[in-house]
Amino acid sequence: MSLKAGLFAGLMAASLPFLAVSQPVQAEEVKIGVVLTYSGGAAQFGEQIDRGMSLYMETHPEAFGGHTVTLIKRDSKRPGGDIAKNAVQELITAEEVDILAGFVFSPNAMASAPLATQGEVPMIIMNAGTAWIPSLSPYIARVSFTMWHSGYPMGQYAHDTLGCETAAAGYTDYPPGKDSRNAFQTGFESSGGSLIEDIPMGGPREVPDFTPFFQRVKDAAPDCFYVFVPAGNHATAVIKTFAQLGMAEAGIRLIGPGDITQDTKLQDMGDDAVGLITMHHYSADYQTPVNLEFVAAWKAAYGEDSTPDFMAVGGWDGMAAIAHAITEQNGVITAEGTMAALSGWEFESPRGHIMIDPETRDIVMDSNIHEVVRRDDGRLGINVLGTIPQVADPCKALAIGRCGGE
Amino acid sequence: MSGFVTSAVSIFFDGLAYAMLLFVISVGLSITMGLMGFVNLAHGAFAMAGGYVTVACMNMLGVPFIPALVLAFFFVAIMSIPLERLLYAPLYKAGELDQVLMSIGITFMAIAGVTLIFGPNPPAIVLPEFLKGQIDLGFKTFPTYRFFMIVVGFVMAIALWLGFERTIIGAKIRAAVDNRQMAQAVGIDVDKLFILTFALGSGLAGVGGGLAIDIVGISPTFAFNYLVLFLIVVAVGGLGSLRGAFLAAIVLGVIDTAGKYLWPEGGAFFIYVVTVAVLLIRPDGFFGKGASQ
Repeated sequence: MSLKAGLFAGLMAASLPFLAVSQPVQAEEVKIGVVLTYSGGAAQFGEQIDRGMSLYMETHPEAFGGHTVTLIKRDSKRPGGDIAKNAVQELITAEEVDILAGFVFSPNAMASAPLATQGEVPMIIMNAGTAWIPSLSPYIARVSFTMWHSGYPMGQYAHDTLGCETAAAGYTDYPPGKDSRNAFQTGFESSGGSLIEDIPMGGPREVPDFTPFFQRVKDAAPDCFYVFVPAGNHATAVIKTFAQLGMAEAGIRLIGPGDITQDTKLQDMGDDAVGLITMHHYSADYQTPVNLEFVAAWKAAYGEDSTPDFMAVGGWDGMAAIAHAITEQNGVITAEGTMAALSGWEFESPRGHIMIDPETRDIVMDSNIHEVVRRDDGRLGINVLGTIPQVADPCKALAIGRCGGE
Repeated sequence: MSGFVTSAVSIFFDGLAYAMLLFVISVGLSITMGLMGFVNLAHGAFAMAGGYVTVACMNMLGVPFIPALVLAFFFVAIMSIPLERLLYAPLYKAGELDQVLMSIGITFMAIAGVTLIFGPNPPAIVLPEFLKGQIDLGFKTFPTYRFFMIVVGFVMAIALWLGFERTIIGAKIRAAVDNRQMAQAVGIDVDKLFILTFALGSGLAGVGGGLAIDIVGISPTFAFNYLVLFLIVVAVGGLGSLRGAFLAAIVLGVIDTAGKYLWPEGGAFFIYVVTVAVLLIRPDGFFGKGASQ
């Protein structure tokens, strides 16, 4: 080898690292199609998730590896599924988005799932909690929760710790409602309790007058009354009706998933909510360092009176997952690459440690037992009575119903 | 006490409270539709507006609940007069489609306007102490507020009945509902009468909206969500009939409650069955003016 050639080879070798480093400087534009409820009664959910996503982007600009992220937002309005599906179709064909994200209501996610498969676009679910949603497409990953994360352990807890032998279940009559009821029933009956009333309580679009349903439960006198309603306006009405009918005085204990003690609604519920026990994965009241920082950033961005809730955390964690997928693939997004990056992804979320289960593409996280208490400053708060660590969706673990037959 | 009687009492009581709410809101719609034949789909928006006036009075100005309801009545009643003159009056001779489109347009604007000011979520109010809790009737306890709702409904029904049956203006309104042309021919100023009735009906809807806050909750979309129910009450009761609206509200309120209590899976199915059955037998409703002809 001549000296000249040797020098040339040496130069080449020396410049290699520079080449390797200079590649990511070529910033890619990643388009994210965001499908959320931005109008109507469900606008509050869309706002929470939207803000959670934005907040993560503002506070962690470095997490995206220098690539530009453009959010293209579409309003899915209501839980029917049709509007969301149209929006997703448009996002995939006209806007050519790299990743789909959002999805407040389960029917919207279900209706959109086939399009994610056909268009080979990864879909990050930030709320919709019906257990079998990830089975609908190989390109779905969920960062939020399933109804079974709360319903199943709540059923066990109601029997084993709260001492309820009989229970009634009331639920809003749409997929996550039935799912939550099934989760509770499975947990409750497998630990020895019996479900004596099973009451669908109207659809998700309108808040019904809950009185006839609750009166029926009161007359049946179970030990526990498990209620699933969509978070938000339904939940406030549930607490109010329960108090108006004097059901607590009649010896019935109201329990449910944390949707009924949502952070954003809690202060409006007043004394009627004190003592309520729910199972959930997040409350703004968690005193962990990660959450304190998250809540402080939230209040700095959206006002002192504003409170993040579990939906905001869904948006925040979802954006973190997307950031991870983008940096892993160096800004060039494919469906397979995204799913590979998210498989087994772990993150310190405001709710605690979370992971995407490589098998089910669903979330693994802690389920916490919440009790509503009155704090010294007069505000209502959440105390954590106990934790069931790192719960993988029990519906899929036990292969129940549609969760079993993928 | 046996389970059957307990259930029956529960259903009747809750149904009656719900019925009175339906009556207070729907009666105005029935009378104005009977009088002018105007299809006012913005009636739900008036009720919604009344609800928000109540909320604003209580939460922003600190007015107690009952005076806030009275204010809601006057606010909505007075607000409806210029609306009637400017928007409704030009369309009295227009087709039903024009009327429906115009009044539904008002509803959309009202929903958007209220959402802009108050946001999309239902506001909460704090009821006065005497309306909280339960009343113990010895064998069973009932929510005090629903008791109050029933009393208010009956008092209003009696007051309206006396006003219709025992005053000159009431007699004129009845005459105009029965036969507008004849009433005009004998010198009754139907236009003026209609403004008065429209304002009264709108005001009652406003009070109904205020009363609804603690029963079904109020939100901007209340204007649409319950409109179908109000129209059913009007159709089943018969246009322009006070008795009809009262009876229809009770029948539908109690049956809806019974359906949800006894057969929750069926949901709101019963109310439609009853509606179809009544209208098949009596196409003009219980006491519609066409029924006797």
